[in-house]
Amino acid sequence: MTLGEIKKSLLAAAWFMFLTFPIMVIKVNTIQKTVEWHWERLLYVAVGGFVFSFLWRYFLRRKQGGRRPAAPVETDEPEAVPAFQRLIHDRRFAMPALVVLGLFVLVFPYLFSMYQVNIMTTALIYVVTGLGLNVVVGVAGLLHLGYAAFYAVGAYTYALLNLHFGVSFWLALPIGAALGSVFAVILGFPVLRLRGDYLAIVTLGFGEIIRLVLENWNDFSYGPSGIANIPRPKFFWFDFSLEQSAVFIYFLMLAMVLLTVFVTNRLKDSRIGRAWIALREDEVACQAMGIDIARTKLSAFVMGSAWAGMAGVVFAAKTTFINPASFTLWESIVILCIVVLGGMGSILGVILGALVLILLPEYLRAFSEYRMLIFGVVLVVMMVFRPGGILSEVRRTYLFKEGLSKDGSLS
Amino acid sequence: MQPILEIRNLCMDFGGLRAIDTLDLHIGQGEIVALIGPNGAGKTTVFNCLTGIYKPSGGEMLARSPKTGEARRLNGLKPNQVTENGLARTFQNIRLFGSMTVLENIMIGRHCRTSAGISGAIVRNRATREEEKRIVQDSYDVLKKIGLARYVNEYAKNLPYGAQRRLEIARAMATDPFLLLLDEPAAGMNPQETDELNELIIGIREEAGITIFLIEHDMKLVMSLSDRIYVVDYGKKIAEGRPEEIKRNPAVIKAYLGEEVDA
Ligand SMILES: Nc1ncnc2c1ncn2[C@@H]1O[C@H](COP(=O)(O)OP(=O)(O)O)[C@@H](O)[C@H]1O
Ligand SMILES: [Mg+2]
Repeated sequence: MTLGEIKKSLLAAAWFMFLTFPIMVIKVNTIQKTVEWHWERLLYVAVGGFVFSFLWRYFLRRKQGGRRPAAPVETDEPEAVPAFQRLIHDRRFAMPALVVLGLFVLVFPYLFSMYQVNIMTTALIYVVTGLGLNVVVGVAGLLHLGYAAFYAVGAYTYALLNLHFGVSFWLALPIGAALGSVFAVILGFPVLRLRGDYLAIVTLGFGEIIRLVLENWNDFSYGPSGIANIPRPKFFWFDFSLEQSAVFIYFLMLAMVLLTVFVTNRLKDSRIGRAWIALREDEVACQAMGIDIARTKLSAFVMGSAWAGMAGVVFAAKTTFINPASFTLWESIVILCIVVLGGMGSILGVILGALVLILLPEYLRAFSEYRMLIFGVVLVVMMVFRPGGILSEVRRTYLFKEGLSKDGSLS
Repeated sequence: MQPILEIRNLCMDFGGLRAIDTLDLHIGQGEIVALIGPNGAGKTTVFNCLTGIYKPSGGEMLARSPKTGEARRLNGLKPNQVTENGLARTFQNIRLFGSMTVLENIMIGRHCRTSAGISGAIVRNRATREEEKRIVQDSYDVLKKIGLARYVNEYAKNLPYGAQRRLEIARAMATDPFLLLLDEPAAGMNPQETDELNELIIGIREEAGITIFLIEHDMKLVMSLSDRIYVVDYGKKIAEGRPEEIKRNPAVIKAYLGEEVDA
C-alpha cells in the first residue's frame, strides 16, 4: 500500500462524493418545502468509495498477475482456462450434470408455481433469441442493434395472420421464421457492406423504423393499442386450461431451445460456421482467403433473424397480447447483453447469460428500488474482470493418428 | 512460354498521391520474382491491386493459369474471386484468425475449394461429412508440409512470431494457388527463422510447383532466392533484372542510399 495508491483512492472517494452529492445529501421535502442536508451520508460515501477503489484495484492487479505473458506453446499443458470452464468440458462431470439438469427441467413445471413457470418460459425465449443473435454478433462479429425488430416481425406475423386468416400457431411458426429471414435479406443487402459502428447505427435505425411503423400504421398493426386475444398454441385438438397451457408452452420452448442448440452447435464446426468466425476475426484476410464476405454475412444475418422470428411467434402466443412497446431498443440491448455477458460465440455461455440476465431481475424484485443498479453493477464488474463473458468460446481440437511428427515437411 | 502474371501500365492514385506509376511487370511459371524498394515505394499497393483490395486507377492485370492456359483479367474481381482464380497472398502485418486454431486457419483456406452449405451442416448428410473429412485431412497435410503440425490445435494468436508468419503462408497454400504473393515474409524473423523460410520457399517452388512473387526487405534473402528482381521507388519501376545486375545498378544503389544492397 503505497502513498500513490492512497492518493488514487482518495481521489476516487472525492469523485464519488461529488457524483452522489445531489442524490445522497440534498433531500427536498416537498411537503414542508424545505431542503434537508444529510451531511453524514457524505461520510459513508467517502469511506465506501475509498474502500471500493482499493478492492477494485486489488482484484484488477490479481487478474493481471494471473495472466500469462505469452503462452509457451511447446509444453503439453492445456491453456489456462478457468476451473469452471474446465469442469464443464470434463466428461465425468458433464454427463451426470446433464442428466440431473435434464430431470430438473422436466419436473420443473410440476414443482413450482405457475408464476415461476411463466418466468422460466420467458427466460427460455430469451435463450433462443440470445442464441440467434449470437450467430450474428458473437460468431460472425456483426454488431446488430435492431434485433428486436425481427422478433417483432415474428410476433406480428402470428398475431395478424391469425386475426385475419385464422392461421394456427403451428403454421405461423415456420412462416414467422421465414418472414424474419426475408426481412433480414431486405435489410442485409444494402447494409452489410458497412462495418462495425456504421452497421450498428443502421441496424439500430432499422429496428426503430419497424417499431415506429407498427406504432403509427393503425390500419395494419392496430397502433400502440396492439393486438389482443391472440390464441395460445393448441396440441392437436386439446383445449388447455390456462395452467396446462403455460406448462405446454414451457415444454414447447424447451424443445425449441434444444433445436436451437442442436442447429447452432452443428453450424459451429462446419464450413460456414468457420467462415463466420473468420469474418469476425479479420474481414480483409477472410476475403483474401477466398470467402465471399457478402454472402457469408448475409447467411449469418438470415440465420440469426430466423430464430428471432420464431421466438417472436411463441412470444405472441404466450402473452396473447402484443404491442410495439414490447419491441423497443431496450429489448435489443437486453438480448445483446445476454450474448456479451454470456460469452461471445459460446453456446453454453449464452444460455447462462440469458438465465442470469432474465431471472436475476425477476428474483431481485424484492429489492425493486436497486434492481437496475445491481443489474448494472453486475454487468460492469463482469466486463472488467471477465471481458470474454461467463464462458469463452472454445474451439474444437482434432486428433491425428500419425501423431505430431514433422515428417514430410518442406524444410 | 507465356507469363502467368502480366501487369501492364498499372497506376494507383490515392487522392493526389500516385502510389503506383505506370508499372509493367511479368512473371513466368516456376519463377521466384522479388519486388523491392524503399518503404512507401508502393510494393504492398501492387499486391492490394492484384488481389482486388484496391481498385487500380489504370492499367491491366492478367493472370494465366498454368494448368488450363486460360488468361483471366484481374481488374474488377473481388478479393475472393482473385483467390478462386489461383492467386493467394500473405500480409505484411500478420492477419491470422487469432481465436481459431492453427488447423482451422488452414481449413479456411480450403473454403473456396469446397461447397457445403448451411443445410448440409445441419443435417450432416454423407456428402457433407465426407467433404469435412477431406478438408481436415487436406489441411493437416498442408500443415505437415509447412512444418507446423505440432501446433495443430493451438490458437493462432498463441504461436511464436516466426510460426505465425509460416502459418500465413500455409493458409495461402491451402487455397491451391498457382501464384503465391508473399508480403515481407521475413519481417521480424531472426536469422535462423529466415534461413528456414528460405528453404521453405524453395521447397514450395520445387515440390508444389508454385510460382512465387515476393516483397522483401532482407537483401540477403532476396538475392539468394530470386530469379529476377523488380525495383520500385515512388511507385515507378527503376530497375529489373537478375540479382547480380540489380546489385550493380546505380539507380538502385541511389534509391537505397544508406541501405545495404549487397548480400
Ligand atoms: N489506403 C491508402 N490510402 C492512402 N494512401 C495509401 C493507402 N495505401 C497506401 N498508401 C500510400 O501509398 C504509398 C505506398 O504504400 P505501400 O504500398 O504500403 O508501400 P510499401 O512499398 O512500403 O509497401 C505510401 O505513400 C502510402 O502512404
Ligand atoms: Mg509494404
